Amino acid sequence: MSDLKLHPNFINGDDFYERLLTAHEGLTKAQSDALNARLIILLANHIGDMDVLDKAITLAKDRRKT
Amino acid sequence: MNKIFERPLYPYFHHPDQDARTPAHHPVVIVGAGPVGLCAAIDLAQRNIPVVVVDDNDKVSFGSRAICFAKRTLEICDRLGVGDRLIDKGVQWNLGKVFFDERKVYEFNLLAEEGHQRPAFINLQQYYVEVYLFERLKKLQDDGAPVDIRGKTKVVDLDQTGDVATVSLETPEGSYQITANWVIACDGANSPTRQMLGLDFVGRVFEDNFLIADVTMEAEFPTERWFWFDPPFNKGQSALLHKQPDGVWRIDLQLGWDVDKEEEKKPENVIPRLKAMLGEDVEFDLEWVSIYTFQCRRMERFLHNRVIFAGDSAHQVSPFGARGANSGIQDVDNLCWKLAEVIQGHAPESLLESYNSERVFAADENILNSTRSTDFITPKSDVSRLFRDAVLELSEHHAFARPLVNSGRLSLPSSYRPSTYFCADVDGLPDKSRPGAPCPDAQLEDGRFLLQTLSAGFNLVTFNLSADRITLDSDTPLDLIAFETAHDKNQTLHERYLGAQKSAIYLIRPDQYIAARWTEFDAKAIKSAISAALGHTA
Repeated sequence: MSDLKLHPNFINGDDFYERLLTAHEGLTKAQSDALNARLIILLANHIGDMDVLDKAITLAKDRRKT
Repeated sequence: MNKIFERPLYPYFHHPDQDARTPAHHPVVIVGAGPVGLCAAIDLAQRNIPVVVVDDNDKVSFGSRAICFAKRTLEICDRLGVGDRLIDKGVQWNLGKVFFDERKVYEFNLLAEEGHQRPAFINLQQYYVEVYLFERLKKLQDDGAPVDIRGKTKVVDLDQTGDVATVSLETPEGSYQITANWVIACDGANSPTRQMLGLDFVGRVFEDNFLIADVTMEAEFPTERWFWFDPPFNKGQSALLHKQPDGVWRIDLQLGWDVDKEEEKKPENVIPRLKAMLGEDVEFDLEWVSIYTFQCRRMERFLHNRVIFAGDSAHQVSPFGARGANSGIQDVDNLCWKLAEVIQGHAPESLLESYNSERVFAADENILNSTRSTDFITPKSDVSRLFRDAVLELSEHHAFARPLVNSGRLSLPSSYRPSTYFCADVDGLPDKSRPGAPCPDAQLEDGRFLLQTLSAGFNLVTFNLSADRITLDSDTPLDLIAFETAHDKNQTLHERYLGAQKSAIYLIRPDQYIAARWTEFDAKAIKSAISAALGHTA
């Protein structure tokens, strides 16, 4: 069983956040949604581990815990 | 119009049972002469069980209908004596192409692993399959097998009392009754038998319509399966092009939910759609047009006292992945040897409970797979379309995303869960050939294939164990086959049946499923495994 990392795991989180916003700059809502979807599929494949993915989905769904 | 649809295959005739003072009795009545009912009849007839097949029609079913027959089905048909005919007539294909919008995003090769006699799939119109199965059954009948096929004979009532079912039949010459110990209902998704028994058939309805068109054309399309997501000629929907024998092409076009079915079926509406797809200049003739909707559902149980449901009458799936006719034929493959053992008094009636549990499990697997394909092909929400399109976009350049593209998953036989009918497994042998799995085929040194060597009954197959060490005093007839893998050039036998072990011995059921296996000979264990497979409680 692998665990979903919930401690800060970025070396520089601000950098990541900025990149994410920059990627969406100038996009329509539909284009942004499509980019997010591709990003999720890419990252999910990188993780690969179903346990980790399951936990992330559960956490993301339960807004009281996010 | 193709003549095959007009010619009565099993015309009505006046049967002596119609004049009997008390209803004539038969061990087995099969309702429905479609692919599933005919396979059941052949299988039972080959096991010397008398069968009466009744069908309210007297011809093959209209239109091409089921067109993909999977490897396991072909292997079963080999056992039933029609495999070669299906292969000779069928179209074999390996290459699938997936298109998204205006471009091809990727192609896949279906080429299955080496060392199997039969291909992963053939395409063949259902009516040919029905004709070949019928002719095989007729041949058995001509050779003296107790087979009786009654056309234009409709089941109108069914009553079960004790261990006898009374079946009321309606014919062009009036009604009569027969009785049977067992009734196998292979009468399709709208099964009148199921309705007569008042049994539920619940599941999920998909709000979508598909236009199916068979066209004949002299076109340059290769023998491949082409699948389009959101193509320019059918915006927002899907499309499929597939080749059948005789220059017939199957075209499936998703239409959506709010359509006027009768309008859409009219040639003046169908032809422009097809021209948009095939090109304005392509000459074609429309052979068959139909519109279908589908559901994924199954009966809670397939066994109801003396009535056994098989095929679409018991479970229904979406057409994606070709799991309808294929799973129905696998149902009766599972059922018939058991029913024969019960009728011949070699197994308790409770053995049929394993038909229920194993085929319910398989139906759930098929429903799961075909539902997933349907959800991918026809996204039902904005977000599901978003992810679907993201996968398709990524699949063009990234191999990792291609396994997520789901335009129908290859129909594979189920491996059943561990149960009292299978023995506990031993370590070190390959998972693929564990108890509960269908025997993987393998090519032998002499060029033959493993499945060809199996007899119709129980088989005991040894690998690297000299046969003279096998002494077994079994009540059940057992055919012994011995293989040595030392000189096995392609090593597929070793890889599929030995894995990390040096020797093995497999007990194989009459439906070519593995019942038990060991690494050494143990007469007592073998006897108890046969007994367990036959449903005798220890």
